[in-house]
Amino acid sequence: MTLPMGRAMREIFGETVAALADEDPRIVMLDADVASSTRADIFEKAHPDRYLQMGIAEQNMMGVAAGLATMGLIPFVSTFVSFAVVRPLDQVRVLIAQTGANVKITPGYAGMFTGQTGMSHIIVDDLAIMRVMPGMVTVAPADDVEADLALRWAASYQGPCYVRIVRDATQRLFDSSYRFAFGKAVVVREGRDVTLMATGTQTPRVVDAAELLAARGVDAHVLHVPTIKPLDTEAIVAAAERTGRVVTVEEHTVLGGLGGAVAEVLGEHRPTQLNRIGLQDTYVQSGPNDELLDIYGLSAARVAEQVLAILGRA
Amino acid sequence: MSTGDAVSVPPEPDAAEIARLEEAARRIRVELVRAVNHARAGHLGGPLSAADILAALYFSVLRIRPDEPGWADRDRFILSKGHSSIGLYAAMALRGYFPVEELLTFDAAHSRLQGHPDMTRLPGLDMSSGSLGMGISAAMGMALGARLTGREIRAWVMLGDGECQEGEVWEAAMAASRYHLDNLVAIIDHNKLQQYGWPGDGPDGRIPPQVPGELAGKWAAFGWRVLEADGHDMPAVLRVLREAERGDGRPTAIVAHTVKGKGVSYMEGHYFWHTRAIRPEEFEIAMAELGEPMAGNGAAR
Repeated sequence: MTLPMGRAMREIFGETVAALADEDPRIVMLDADVASSTRADIFEKAHPDRYLQMGIAEQNMMGVAAGLATMGLIPFVSTFVSFAVVRPLDQVRVLIAQTGANVKITPGYAGMFTGQTGMSHIIVDDLAIMRVMPGMVTVAPADDVEADLALRWAASYQGPCYVRIVRDATQRLFDSSYRFAFGKAVVVREGRDVTLMATGTQTPRVVDAAELLAARGVDAHVLHVPTIKPLDTEAIVAAAERTGRVVTVEEHTVLGGLGGAVAEVLGEHRPTQLNRIGLQDTYVQSGPNDELLDIYGLSAARVAEQVLAILGRA
Repeated sequence: MSTGDAVSVPPEPDAAEIARLEEAARRIRVELVRAVNHARAGHLGGPLSAADILAALYFSVLRIRPDEPGWADRDRFILSKGHSSIGLYAAMALRGYFPVEELLTFDAAHSRLQGHPDMTRLPGLDMSSGSLGMGISAAMGMALGARLTGREIRAWVMLGDGECQEGEVWEAAMAASRYHLDNLVAIIDHNKLQQYGWPGDGPDGRIPPQVPGELAGKWAAFGWRVLEADGHDMPAVLRVLREAERGDGRPTAIVAHTVKGKGVSYMEGHYFWHTRAIRPEEFEIAMAELGEPMAGNGAAR
């Protein structure tokens, strides 16, 4: 049994920020000419006067957002992750993170599901880059339900934040009773044999992988870590103690993202055998989503296979 | 915002006002040279070229309340050429934002007067800067934000001419004219030298960042109204800043022709005074030339 499909996170992005803006006149949307892809166009239709086309000029867009924030506005900045993180990184650092500007960096096209674009558009290291920046917080929602809640949280949070949004429909992990808590990890499956930690839209696939593992007699504990920074040290240590064996899984390079962050925490607080599943210091080619998941070892079946190998049960 | 009044001409500044601003500029130069000498670090050429414009802005043009730096309806000012921070700090101190003595903490650990402006430390700074090309984007955000929130304020930003080599400047220039932000004014401190510069047959083997007319042509091509003035002629500076306040539907770029190191003879026109540390005997000469001769014991008289 696998988790059902949810709605595409990008649709939620357009709808939720538009709905937030209904209530809060301070909210504005900045776009670098990809609104029809990121679905910032949904916001534009609802609030044409507060949709700000910045053109294909992301460095300026980040600076304009910082300036708008000083005037009491709440800018949501939207483009692709590929053009929101690395290209204008110095602007994000100097004008937003170092000033504590109340800017919401909420780019779409996170991870590998980017409409078969190839490595220029598939950013493998955004969580690592944003996580290490002083003054920045980093959130990767698991599904449409959590994306909606995380965006609502972002609007109410005072300060810079990074919330990554995925383009395509992905599996739904949570039901309407779920409550997102910033900075908190959440146990989504109880188990005794091995602790799997995942973030973003990889978590539903890891929950599915846990079911496949159960069929092989491995009872996996699954911790979902939507906030990469600040990291929920307590929950990570507790989940590690629960089984004494940790595997992180992420749709991201294993360097510096969730795996790196968990290694730091466990190394310091609770040394535990840790393995990291994710992109192995590589860029990602274009291809259909399901094929990419298989190629890069992130489908439920491939994750289960790797966990069994790690546990010596393959 | 535009007054919509295209025929009114700003009143010609009177002689007393000009004398007051010239004295403010002189004191900015004195205090910034003193602070850089004290810190044994920092920049001199750029702050000295900007001093007259900073004096006119802080002592006449900007709508500000030094005793209420966070006043919501103040004009915004960003020193995008953040390495000239000591010039801005001197203007702010003399205008009453903080005690003039605090200028001697410039560049020191725990000082509010960081090497490059840090808005989280010093009230009255409207934006942090230091990485070139960024201030104009933030100023555009302020001008746009003012429009969206119905505030009748103006966003001013000062850039270096070398800084105009940054691509972000032109991203902002393009976007600001699209939004018809006539409450946005960019002042380019066109001192014709940058830190090291392009090799060529100019003074010290360097040539200016731009050829004559290049900056005005570029800003005009990006849809800006372009004004030019001698950035050391106080009546001209004041006139051009007042003219910039009269919006015509376009953002305004002021190309201010200046001299790097202005006011200290041996610094004027030499690129290496961008960052060179000042020696004691050079400091004495500088203070004397700025009308603040030293007493024999090295203390200012």
